[in-house]
Amino acid sequence: MRVWKFGSDIDTDAIIPGRYLTIYDEKELASHAFEGTRDEFSVEAKDGDVIVASRNFGCGSSREHAPLALRGAGVKVILAKSFARIFYRNSINTGLLPVICPEADEIADGAEIEIDSEFRYVMSGGKRYELEPVPEFMKHIVDAGGLVNYAKEMDEVKTCTE
Amino acid sequence: MTQTYVEKIFSNKCGKVYSAGDMVMAPVDGAMIHDITGPLAINVFKEMGGEKVFDPEKVIMLFDHQIPADSIAAAKNHVMMREFAKEQGIFNYDIKEGVCHQVVPEKGRARPGEIIVGGDSHTCAYGALGAFSTGIGSTDMGFVLKFGALYFKIPESIRLEIEGKFPKRTGAKDLILNLAGDIGADGATHKALEFYGGTVSDMDISGRMTVANMAIEMGAKAGIVPPDAKTWDYLSGRADVTPFEMTGDEDAAYAEVRHYDVSDLAPKVAVPHNVDNVVDVTEVAGRKVDQVFIGSCTNGRFEDFAEAAEVLGDGKFSDDLRVIIVPASKEEYLKVLRAGLVEKFVEAGALVEAPCCGPCMGGAFGLLAPGEVSLSTSNRNFRGRQGSTEAGVYLCSPATAAASAMTGVITDPREV
Repeated sequence: MRVWKFGSDIDTDAIIPGRYLTIYDEKELASHAFEGTRDEFSVEAKDGDVIVASRNFGCGSSREHAPLALRGAGVKVILAKSFARIFYRNSINTGLLPVICPEADEIADGAEIEIDSEFRYVMSGGKRYELEPVPEFMKHIVDAGGLVNYAKEMDEVKTCTE
Repeated sequence: MTQTYVEKIFSNKCGKVYSAGDMVMAPVDGAMIHDITGPLAINVFKEMGGEKVFDPEKVIMLFDHQIPADSIAAAKNHVMMREFAKEQGIFNYDIKEGVCHQVVPEKGRARPGEIIVGGDSHTCAYGALGAFSTGIGSTDMGFVLKFGALYFKIPESIRLEIEGKFPKRTGAKDLILNLAGDIGADGATHKALEFYGGTVSDMDISGRMTVANMAIEMGAKAGIVPPDAKTWDYLSGRADVTPFEMTGDEDAAYAEVRHYDVSDLAPKVAVPHNVDNVVDVTEVAGRKVDQVFIGSCTNGRFEDFAEAAEVLGDGKFSDDLRVIIVPASKEEYLKVLRAGLVEKFVEAGALVEAPCCGPCMGGAFGLLAPGEVSLSTSNRNFRGRQGSTEAGVYLCSPATAAASAMTGVITDPREV
């Protein structure tokens, strides 16, 4: 798995610029992912590549085009020190797994990494980096392929339940 | 038992005491969809097996980001949404009313104590009227359209106590930029900002909208001013409401309490490319500007244009830059038109456009070339936000924008 390394405060405009928001097809969105910010991404990203970032990944807009563009490029997991709230939720909802990796800064750009199948740790250059546990309900939604599949079977929800 | 304002909203809504950190499937009082994230939400709603939306009267539809349609793709999205509105019995404000965060409050569709969601990150703006309102993605919105409810983790609140009188030519925008600089772009992630104090009580609804609108720039889920006489006064004639008193208890379990005094506040500017890169205008004064944008849901109201017009006086805008003025809604547009401000701005050399999001999100018009600099009263200065990734966007108040538009360089409005 190849690492695409990013810094802090990577915003949704950087992930997918505003002028492409009339597009909803994830492959087409992927062809504009990080346009103007990191142009080689849309050309070179391969299925299974991983985005590793520092703090506040995905800040900014509520555009779901952002996780869709990354999913369209073949990314399935994002490791970051922290995520912006709406992006974090949008990722899970669209079947892209955001995982908190407190030592993300130590993983280098272009590195080949292995993520444990249970998402407990990452191996990179012989070193092991721990991941924060992924909540079970999140895994279920991601495993189902996103909230759409999760909600398909439901006719109603009971409100004010915990 | 003491509670924050946010905890009270969720507890009242569900008839049971809730605290920050609790997860709850809460009913929503309003769901706003617009032309950018709406089509995706409608597709998701259908994919989820949705046939009838939970309550057509609680769904608010309007188009504001790409209007009038600036591409065939945008026009097709508008058609798709119009058809959905018709089929579902949803009232559609279409392209006629303006920017979502201005239109929803002015149509009386955001009220104190309500829970409102919107397919746009600045939905937190309705907190100006005491609602818990937050931006969500299209998949969550599809779920809301089907079920009328959504899972929320009730956020902790940061209590902001703001005191003092704004010095001349400073105001709500300078305050919120100052807070963004202090708290940081992720300093309030998963939290709500609750605004209290004499400065907030003195602030008109327009100023409160400016402040609540930018809560998301600190990562916050909501930015809220609990209701007072001004809130009820604004809503009278717009919504069928009976005033009530509700506020966060002073001794509730806040994540943090911060105190500010605005008496010495200077006009602030957010420097490219992050909203929390905030400095006093004096630090960047003299930098050349190519485009000035006065408008957006943050600062596109009559009060903002009146302030800009006051700074302009009998002067003219510089010939060395473009000035784009976009009122946030039809209601605000008519106010500036009837007050003679449109004529004044046009004579001074500005373009005045019909209500829409305009250059704020770099979609429809007003895009920047590489190397250009924009000074904007909007809410985001991310790299590439208003066009080229090699351009730079500075954020400021309408007063600073007007002063700079006259000189062609970033200018301290206190000196004009």
